[in-house]
Order: sequence, then structure tokens, then C-alpha cells
Amino acid sequence: MKTTVNKIIKKYKNDRYRLMDILLDIQEELGYIPEDLNQMIADELSISKVELDETISFYHFLTQKPLGEYTVYLNNSVTAGMMFREDVKKTFEEQSGVLFGNVSSDGLIGLFDTSCIGMSDQEPAAIINNVMFTNLTPFRVKEIVADMKEGKPVEEMHKQNFGGGKNSSDLIQAVVKNNIRRKGPVLWDPYEPGEGLRKSITMEPGDVIEEIKNSHLRGRGGAGFPTGLKWEFCNKSREKERYIFCNADEGEPGTFKDRVILTEMPKMVFEGMAIAGYAVGAKSGVVYIRYEYLYLRKYLENTLSELRKAKLLGRNIAGKNGFDFDIRIQYGAGAYICGEESALLESAEGKRGEPRDRPPFPVEKGFKGKPTIINNVETLAKVVKIIKKGSTWFTNLGTQESAGTKLLSISGDCRFPGVYEIEWGHSIYDILEMVGATDVQAVQVGGPSGILINPNQLPRKLGYEDLGTGGSLIIFHESRNLIREVVMNFTEFFIEESCGSCSTCRNTPFILKQKLEKILDGHGVVQDIDDLVEWSKNLKFSRCGLGHTAGNPIITSIQNFRHLYEKLVQRDRDYDTGFNLAESVKESCEASNRSTVV
Amino acid sequence: MSKPVLATTSLAGCFGCHMSILDIDERILTLIELVEFNKSPINDIKTFTKQCDIGLIEGGCCNSENVHVLRDFRKHCNILVSLGECAIMGGLPAMRNGILIKECFHEAYLNGPSTTANTGHIIPNDPELPCLLDKVYPCQEIVRIDYYLPGCPPRADLIWETLVSLISGKPAELPYEVIKFD
Repeated sequence: MKTTVNKIIKKYKNDRYRLMDILLDIQEELGYIPEDLNQMIADELSISKVELDETISFYHFLTQKPLGEYTVYLNNSVTAGMMFREDVKKTFEEQSGVLFGNVSSDGLIGLFDTSCIGMSDQEPAAIINNVMFTNLTPFRVKEIVADMKEGKPVEEMHKQNFGGGKNSSDLIQAVVKNNIRRKGPVLWDPYEPGEGLRKSITMEPGDVIEEIKNSHLRGRGGAGFPTGLKWEFCNKSREKERYIFCNADEGEPGTFKDRVILTEMPKMVFEGMAIAGYAVGAKSGVVYIRYEYLYLRKYLENTLSELRKAKLLGRNIAGKNGFDFDIRIQYGAGAYICGEESALLESAEGKRGEPRDRPPFPVEKGFKGKPTIINNVETLAKVVKIIKKGSTWFTNLGTQESAGTKLLSISGDCRFPGVYEIEWGHSIYDILEMVGATDVQAVQVGGPSGILINPNQLPRKLGYEDLGTGGSLIIFHESRNLIREVVMNFTEFFIEESCGSCSTCRNTPFILKQKLEKILDGHGVVQDIDDLVEWSKNLKFSRCGLGHTAGNPIITSIQNFRHLYEKLVQRDRDYDTGFNLAESVKESCEASNRSTVV
Repeated sequence: MSKPVLATTSLAGCFGCHMSILDIDERILTLIELVEFNKSPINDIKTFTKQCDIGLIEGGCCNSENVHVLRDFRKHCNILVSLGECAIMGGLPAMRNGILIKECFHEAYLNGPSTTANTGHIIPNDPELPCLLDKVYPCQEIVRIDYYLPGCPPRADLIWETLVSLISGKPAELPYEVIKFD
């Protein structure tokens, strides 16, 4: 074991910045990271053991003990719940004889929950030994567990066909479906790899930045920061060593569009990075991609090799002397917060994914303290088309303030969940028509950190002037219990995914959840509704966007669905803590073997 | 007009807050002039004999008896004040929250270094003893609390100012340093 670990560390030249790769490799080799080797690994990397411990314990998918020959991570996002996840979970437990959160006594099967894995349009989904399983049913689970008991490798467990497009290619072989429902004018404009890059090198780097600025392209990850401006800030830095990062950590529940882009048009994304590299004079790029998309690894690595062969990456690329740019892929290990750009950088440097204090922004001090541009997958893909067809072509699409198109990830109660590339400016109502949704009670726009809108707001338009979004839309039918199924799920998500750095974000969602439970248990009073809103305001003092928005599911659902809360609270009482004396002494009476007379 | 009636108690606390009441020093003579004490450890009256105006609660609730006493206070006091960190947040006793009660029992009565005298390996279960709650609760999670006086313990000046203003009906003058400790 020691030699294996040593070999892996050597492979990364004892570089502490590559800790994530080292840990992921060790885990892939041994199934887990043996705790008794922590000191050795730390010594080899010249970091303290505590630094190593805190990094390992931070990530959901890193483990210090074996989690079973077959490790099942069943997604617990809201859409999975809507598609009968409970039945699937129960079947897993019955068939394997072990409860979630545990490993069977023979060490064969481990069952665990995990936050959204980017399959909201094909739930319930699970990752088993890094292989994706989608559209699970109790029947299918029985087959899978039977296969496990026979010792079948996961790669051979597939009964259904592989998914469409590149998902069926030899290098992916996944049952994941693309569900591309609407091919838009930007991403699906005919494309030859290299055409954007070749055009960009005929321009001055400054003109490339100018062109992107003129296109009014804004970050497609959700925050919507003007891309050209970001590049310009980076370019103004005195530091000459610069980095281009592609943020492929899409962890916002209900978002899966970057997965589709990376499956169908990875070359376009990598080319966008190279153009950014040309514009600001960066020589290396890193794609930080979420662990959940590990099944794309071979394919993406191969795509990079193809680009190198085609002289679109590497040295003197696209025939331009002195233009060197290459890309490597950096996998994460399961942490929503790493989609926040400064946390992403920390993680890419092999540390806990805790957001940094800003300023300085990454464009000033980013990866390894050097100026770094971090752009979303979709943003980078669009850069290629803008350079190819010009900024005016782009601004002619969309609306005045929101140029171009947006790739939406649509899931929930509708006939055609999947990805849709649409021009900005469509109303939510248009979208619902497009996806075949009827009797809609609510739509979650922008994932849990976005807002929950009611039917009166369906005329609202997608775009930065009204509803800016990273593209996640989850639709809820009128039969859904919004508070119990949706708001609760989202709040639990934020509790699970807080990095724990700020006490506001570490504690408040937990306290809010207790209050929600109290209301759902029938002990709520009107004051509790107001308390939820007031107490959520604490979260604004958190360091990053996750903290700021962790109260949004509750705040926006109270704003737009207050009547649902009011129906649940007691009218005849104005104070009720929900405390039950008999319940609360049960545990101690059992432990001391006495009757529970209070 | 009869004097306002004051009651106090210490639940899962250390009596430090009551010590802080005594820290008002010579003003205690004025206090006795101003109020009449009912149930309180200060005069050792064990049960309420009448409806009170103000109840001061030190400590949170760690067992069933605390809950009964606190509910009794709510019933008999028009205004209920949480006095100090333990009453407001659970305080030090709440350190056990998150640990299984069984583990606490085992540490306290079976395995801890001070358990050698417990040769019968008994976890106390006499029906006379109050039952432990699953966790230590701050008072407002059991009954409604009207005012909170922070501190461990709250400063004597804070207690004094609050009592005077509750009795006189005037707003309390509480400078920053009396209620903040950072």
C-alpha cells in the first residue's frame, strides 16, 4: 500500500498543489485513503498532517475507510424525490440488507446519499463505483443488487442502451441521456474545431478582449459578470504569469447543461479557453470539473490529445509562433461550494474548498496567487462563436441588456425535461409551453439559490433585466407539497453543502430547518413565519454567495406562497415551542431503565 | 399601592447569576425597599404564595424538574426574564447536547475516573429523581420569555438597571459595555 501511495506522490512530483489528484488517485487505486498513511503523505508533500486531514474530511467523495466493494451514491435532489426516490432507496436497503449511511457487514455494498449529481432530467440517479445509473426504478435496483452479489463489474451491469450522442461513444459508454430539446443559434451553429482560434490570432489580443466586451457576453454560470471586463481586468495586472480556468463544477441542483456541452462540444470549450489564453497571454488552462462527471474523464483527456495533435493546443498553436497554451483537467471531489470561483481555486490548489476573502479578486490574485480568469463552460463555448461570427451577430440575439442565448436545464413536472438553448427574453410562460408543463404551481428559477415563483409571475422574462439565471428551471405541479418536498429539500441541501467557515451559514440554515419542521409538525405560530424571514437576514453576513443565498428557498417561498405557510400555523395560539416533555425524557429513561413518568 | 413582587430561581445554572444579583452591593437595601420577594433562593421561599410581577430565571432546562419549575414560573409571573447565558442559550450544560445520554451516564456513573465508589455499577433511577431531557434547552424553547439579560453572569449593573426600569416603567439605560462583551 505504501509503495502504491509513494508512486502516486512521485507521479505528481511531491507537489502539494496537486493534492486533489494525489488523493483521488490513491482512492481509485485502494478504494479509500488509509488513515495511517496520512502522516506519510503529509511529510512527502511538506505540509502538516492537519492540513491533509482537513482537506480529506472536506470532500464528500474522499473517504478514510472502505465504503464497500460497490459504493452507491444515490442522489437526493428535489427532482429525484419527485420521481419516487424513496421507493428506490427502500429497495436498495431491502435488497442489500444495509441501511443508507452504512456498509454491509460483508463489506460488499455501501449505501450513501449525495447532493445533486447533474442528472435532474433523468432521476432518480446514482453513481456506483464512478459509473452513472439513471432513471432508476425498484425493479432495476433489484437487478443491480443481484449483479453486485454475483460480483459483476459495474461497467457490465447496463441493461438499457447507452444514452444518445457521444454518451454512446467508446470512451464514455454511459446510459446518460443528453435530452437536447432545442438546438439554438449559438451553440449549435455549425462548427469546425479551430476556426474561432484561427480567427482570433489574426487579431491583436487587445482586440479580442474588445470584441468580447462589445458582444456584452456575461458569465453563464449564474452570476452574470461581463466576460470581456473580466478579461480586461486580468490583462491589466502587472503579473505576467496568468491562468485560464474553466468552471465545470456545476453543482446548483437542477443544473446539467454543462454536462451536455462537455459531452457534445468539449472542443469548443477548450478552444474558448485557448482564445482567452491568447487574449491575456496565459500559457496554461485548467478545467475544474466536478467529481460526479468522472465518467467523462477518458473522453475529455482524449479530446485534449486530439486538439494537441491538431496543433490547437501545445506549442506554437494554430500556426502562431510563440503562442503556447495547454490545458489539464482537474477533478474535484464532491463539494457544491467549489463552484464558487475562489473556493474552486483553493480546491485546485489542493486545499479545503473554502471561499477566499475578496478583494483581491481572482483576476488580480488567483491560482497560486497569479491573475486568473475563471469562466463557466457555456461562457467559453460562446466565446468561440462570438469571435467567429462577430459581436454584432451576438448582440442581435436576445434582448437589449441580455445579449445572445442561454442554455437552460429544465427538470421537474413537465413532458420534455432536458436542455434548451433559447434567446434571452422569453417569458417563463413561453418556456412552460415549450417543455409541456401544465397546472404549474411553482417554478424554481436558478436552482435553490434562486427564487421560487408563483403562477402570477409566469409573464416574467428570462434575462438580466428581470430573471437572470444560470439556467436551472425546476417545475412543480399543483399536486406537489411545496414546503415539505421543495423548501425542506433545498434547506437540507444548504446545510449539507456549507463549508462551515462562517458561523452564519454553518448555523442559520440548521436553525431555519428546525423552525420549518416545527411548522410542518403543526406547532407553528404566525410569529414563526416572520422569524424565518428575519433570521434569514443573518446569512447576508456570510463570506460567499452560497451563504448569502442559503435562505432564499425560505425567503422566496414565503414571499410568493405565504398562504401555504399560513395554512399550517395555529390561529388560536401565539406561542408554541413544540416542546414535548414526555418525548424529551424518553431517551434518558430508557438509558437508566426507568418508566417515563414525568 | 403594594410593592411589586419578585421571584427568582436557578435551573440548570451555577448560581453565578444569583451571585451577580448580590453584586448590586448596597443597592440591595434599596431593592428590598422597592420590591417584595416571593419564591426565591434569596429568602428560601420554596413555593409561590401569590401571583408575581417579575420572575428572573437563571439556567436552562436539563431535566424534567427544571421544566416543571419554569412552567410554574410562567404561570405565576407576569414578566419572565432570562438571566444569563445558560437561560438564553443553554450555556455550559449544553455542551452535552449532541452526545448520547447513554454515553453521558456511562461516563458519569460507570466509566469515569470518579466512579470507583459505584461498586454496584448503578445508573441512578430512583423515581424521586428528575429525568434528564434529551438535551439542554434554553428557556424560550419551553415557555415564552419576555426579556433576555446577556452575560455569564450578566453584570450587576445590568440586572439593577433592568429591575429598576421594569418596576418604574421607564426605559432602561444600558450602555454598550453593559450588554456587549467583545
